[in-house]
Amino acid sequence: MKKIILMLFILSYGSAMAQDDLLKMLDNESTGPIYATATFKSTRVINGQSIENIAKKHLDFRISHRFGTLNSGFSNLWGLDEARIRIGLEYGITDRLMIGAGRSSYQKTYDYFVKYKLLRQSNRWYEPVTLSVFAGAYTNTMATTTDMKFYNNLERQMYVGQLLIARKFSDRVSLQLTPTYLHRNKTESQIDENDVFGTGIGGRFKLSKRTSFNAEYFYTVKKIGTAYVRDPQYKDCLSLGFDIETGGHVFQLHLSNSRGMVENQFIGATTGSWGKGDIFYGFNISRVFSFDKDAKKTHK
Amino acid sequence: MRIPLILLLCFVIGKAMGQDMLIARNAQVSFFSETPLENISGLNKNVTAILNKKNNEVAVKMQVAQFEFPNKLMQEHFNENYLESDKYPTASFTGKIQEKVDFSKEGVQAVTAKGALNMHGVTRERTMSGKLTVTKTGASLVCEFNVPLTDHKIEIPKLVFEKIAEVITIKTSFSFAPYESKK
Repeated sequence: MKKIILMLFILSYGSAMAQDDLLKMLDNESTGPIYATATFKSTRVINGQSIENIAKKHLDFRISHRFGTLNSGFSNLWGLDEARIRIGLEYGITDRLMIGAGRSSYQKTYDYFVKYKLLRQSNRWYEPVTLSVFAGAYTNTMATTTDMKFYNNLERQMYVGQLLIARKFSDRVSLQLTPTYLHRNKTESQIDENDVFGTGIGGRFKLSKRTSFNAEYFYTVKKIGTAYVRDPQYKDCLSLGFDIETGGHVFQLHLSNSRGMVENQFIGATTGSWGKGDIFYGFNISRVFSFDKDAKKTHK
Repeated sequence: MRIPLILLLCFVIGKAMGQDMLIARNAQVSFFSETPLENISGLNKNVTAILNKKNNEVAVKMQVAQFEFPNKLMQEHFNENYLESDKYPTASFTGKIQEKVDFSKEGVQAVTAKGALNMHGVTRERTMSGKLTVTKTGASLVCEFNVPLTDHKIEIPKLVFEKIAEVITIKTSFSFAPYESKK
């Protein structure tokens, strides 16, 4: 009798454990790293670059607007009567390397940049963050005026280098730190330094599957001893906004105290003050197109 | 005396189970959503599956985030909005092949597998039919079946521009080899 019970027990144990066991056996199989996806919805947090890249053979067409200041009154419809626009094309050469160029009507600035992803956040312990390097250059093509005199074309150039360090903490919260170095061959203000050091801190909080609240702040160093002093008229740029994703497009709506949309403008030359209502309403629209015909073929 | 015997028995059962196992690493699972407006497809090449020759039990497991799409934006939407791969990282199937399969004889056989499909955190009973080919070294299995998205609580938003079929076709392809522990 005892033996029979024992046998039954062993048999039932064997068959009961089988199915769960099969899955457990598969748990021991490593399936390669799982990389964090969509740390941010777009290649920009708000004004500044995010660690997101345009995928290989994909083209991003971006239109950005910044209206006038909110405190400009009824006759100007609180800024909506006038807008600065940036049109940009950005392309992924590989999944990690992207290039882009754009033109802003603000100071008639052309911009060109490369962004490369060095490290991707994954479920492996030695990849806790995504780390990208960003390098950009800007050309101011405004006519020479008495306020801003250009003696040669080299004076119109500006350069920026950034490290982008971001982590997706959960499906809702992502944070990014952006140490920045900016160099202007000629500054708008006589007393402003040519070099600007600073760091950006930005993040997003997802409100729903398709919308997120974003915030971004760029701190710049104002003074180092007596040798380095920035013109005090320049403020740090603070921007708040929402990302809304509608399938093919990403809309980014935001408020910022900078009217400029490229690094040399919003990091180096923000004059607006949140306290006084020098706030610019604006939006970015991003539309991504895929040109990857090979990938489409393999999926047939 | 009795206890060593039981231990021996357990050991034998365990060992026999190992020998009867077939495993498929890097198996492929793809899906297709076809609408007049837009076709969406994804492919996962890192799926693992295991098949017990003794009792015909089969288990399949995959990481949802490892599906690749020709359009990366769709891939992002798939992970972020539809399958929510941060919340539900894996999809799996456990079931049993209903027909009798002679694994000692090479040949092709139509089979049906009955079991539980877990996707997006929802488990549903499902029966799928496929083709099992027994080869010298192992076996290969191809299978195609349809999954209504509502079965797994995958919402199709009405407001967005993109169009997704309400029933998607899933294709799987496994090639099994005798199981050996990786370590």
